Amino acid sequence: MEEKGKLILSVQEISKHFPGVQALQQVSLDFRTEEVHVIMGENGAGKSTLMKILAGIYKPDQGKIILDGKEVEIENPVKAQQLGINLISQELNIAGNLTVAENIFMGNEPHKYYLVNREKMNTEAAEALNKLGATFPVTIQAGKLSIAEQQQIEIARSIAHNGKILIMDEPTAALSERETERLFELILTLKKNGMSIIYISHRLAEVGIIADRVSILRDGKYIGTLERENLDNSKIVQMMVGRELTDFYKHDTASKLIPNRLEVKGLTDNKKVKPATFSVSGGEIVALAGLVGSGRTELARLLFGADRKSAGEIYVDGKTCLIESPRDAMKNGIGYVPEDRKLLGLFLQMSGHENITMNVMDKTAKMWILDNQKNSSITKNAIERLNIRIATPKTKALSLSGGNQQKLLLARWLEINPKVLILDEPTRGVDVGAKSEIYKLIGEIAQRGVAVIFISSELPEVVGIAQRVLIMRNGSIVAEIKDKQDMTQENILAYATGVKKAS
Amino acid sequence: MLNKNNNIHNGSLSRSLVNSLGILPVLVVIVILFSVTTNTFLTSNNIVNILRQASINIVLAVGMTLVILTGGIDLSVGSILATTAVIGVMTSLIPSLQWLTIPLPLIAGLLIGLVNGALVAYVGLPPFIATLGTMTTFRGVSYLLPDGTTIINNDLNFAWIGNNYLGPIPWLVVFAFIIVLLAWFLLKKTVLGVRIYAVGGNSQAARLTGINVGSVLLFVYAASGFLCGLGGVMTASRLYSASGLLGNGYELDAIAAVILGGTSVVGGIGSVGGTLIGALIMAVLNNGLTLMNVSFFWQMVIRGIVIILAVTIDKFRTKGST
Repeated sequence: MEEKGKLILSVQEISKHFPGVQALQQVSLDFRTEEVHVIMGENGAGKSTLMKILAGIYKPDQGKIILDGKEVEIENPVKAQQLGINLISQELNIAGNLTVAENIFMGNEPHKYYLVNREKMNTEAAEALNKLGATFPVTIQAGKLSIAEQQQIEIARSIAHNGKILIMDEPTAALSERETERLFELILTLKKNGMSIIYISHRLAEVGIIADRVSILRDGKYIGTLERENLDNSKIVQMMVGRELTDFYKHDTASKLIPNRLEVKGLTDNKKVKPATFSVSGGEIVALAGLVGSGRTELARLLFGADRKSAGEIYVDGKTCLIESPRDAMKNGIGYVPEDRKLLGLFLQMSGHENITMNVMDKTAKMWILDNQKNSSITKNAIERLNIRIATPKTKALSLSGGNQQKLLLARWLEINPKVLILDEPTRGVDVGAKSEIYKLIGEIAQRGVAVIFISSELPEVVGIAQRVLIMRNGSIVAEIKDKQDMTQENILAYATGVKKAS
Repeated sequence: MLNKNNNIHNGSLSRSLVNSLGILPVLVVIVILFSVTTNTFLTSNNIVNILRQASINIVLAVGMTLVILTGGIDLSVGSILATTAVIGVMTSLIPSLQWLTIPLPLIAGLLIGLVNGALVAYVGLPPFIATLGTMTTFRGVSYLLPDGTTIINNDLNFAWIGNNYLGPIPWLVVFAFIIVLLAWFLLKKTVLGVRIYAVGGNSQAARLTGINVGSVLLFVYAASGFLCGLGGVMTASRLYSASGLLGNGYELDAIAAVILGGTSVVGGIGSVGGTLIGALIMAVLNNGLTLMNVSFFWQMVIRGIVIILAVTIDKFRTKGST
């Protein structure tokens, strides 16, 4: 086997304990220069904990970290940076009010006495950005740039500090296809220049493109490493989940459809969504596909009354609906599970019980006084039916895993007995096992006669569960795929990128 | 029966329990300290006195709790109190309007509160700015109405509120107690209560889940304004008079009680039980330090330090629970 690069960093038998969880258990891993080492694992597998230890945010309970043959202690993030280790986390560490150059040199400004040497800062920042092929000026405010560009600022930061090891935690989560491609090119360049890249990901598709090696963690334990030659998606999934996943997308479908449960005519906001006309039957699962930024979420929000529409009509069961707010949509039987569940969906500090019953507590209430008995039986049923893993109904939403948080939201919306349910990226940040459960749930929801609109960026799951696919590009619905045999990832992507046009 | 009901709602019950218990030991320690160091503190007369001194701040702080739970702030409470107190005493001087002496200040408080609420909920001003504006405006109004003077009515028809007793308990304390109970009921037992926590915890999610965020906000500011009106009535009834000088700095006392009580300034977490204890801590400190002959200036210094210490201890105690 060809050995690329030399060993630069190894962690040996690292353990880390948090109250109630053994986050890492005797994990050992090697990292080489000129390599992209992908770390995979479900949520809670210990990936992020391990990376935070390398970046000096956590201290390990046990174990050694060997850098360039010497044992090191990484007490804090500053030390990590001095050692050449930089972490780019999912939430970017960018101050939007500062300039690009100021961000690159944050906490490390070139100075003489107490005066910042702005000229030197700007030139060096420009040099670092040049190496990345970035095209934006260093004097612009970082907040005005896109997420992808802000990410480049963070990478430039690592270059400006002569970083040797770059850790990236799910860097493509918020990027569009094109930006993702650019990032991968950039990673290749960094690799050629001798950097060691540690890349954390959920997404199998990207692993095949960039990984030199893939290591898998599960429940805080090291499971194994696959070399590039032996990469095999089903093998990786099996290692991540610990069992073979059969019928991953298996779900039941409704035997009878209720035609035209939802009809939308010319719905537009005159900005991001061009007049959209489509209909969904009750019991049908329709996927809304398209690249990030193609207007899927915006269309869903218009339909739900979350944003103001400028024109268009919405009919549920043939009746015109006047929808000007989410409340109106709800009254007309339309539910929406938003994309960012922590920001837009959950009440993290409130209990699971309160999160589930939020939409119906005014209906069960008498004279606005809560009917706790009725509400708690609703909660109990929902927890059983959706198989929500929650210690007690009083447990705060905050402490649940991504999959169970998502189920809380699904439960909340199912309680209003919706006629139309919009699910925006319902499996994002949800681990593999819970994903499969959510697919089954979507099937059950459709069986109840609900018209399901399913927005997803993950093409395999679109193909896996949709009965019909609507594809959006630049704010318009550009194509519809009805036949199962035409419903391939390639086809959807071709329409979504405009390579192929609907006849 | 009660127990059974509470069972389900434990999310918020344990939350309020943790928060109110959090600061309770501080109150107990201060009470013990003053009981030992003075022999005048722990007498039934003095206890009643403390409760009476605390009553107005409790009423204001309950309104402030509702507002802060939604992530807002109400700086105008002192000014509303002064304005409504002046309105109350002025009305009492007009023989034909005797029956309006209590309703009018309450309505005025409610209306000013609605203005605050509308500015926050519908104009979209940050609560700090909106209520800073009304604070200044109504401080001015409270001076303008009586022409800069103190108006006095020795035959004030609602003086019983400030000076009479229900059995052994002053009416002021009875009023404060009723307000605390009502607010507790509102927050723990009603849909609106849960929605106040929801809006404070995540207003975007609240909107996307069909909650009318605007009306929840309007309600809490209106409630705060109404309670300031009650505070105005209580203050005027105690003094037989009113002027634009009343209630200066009361907003800070109310905020201090709320914060001491463990309510989070960013909203979504807290309880009236905590606020009650917070307000009592402030009152006990005032009373005890005065009994110990500590000068007024030193009292301020000590009060400030106690607020910082108590919240610091609470912060470390609850660390990790959220």
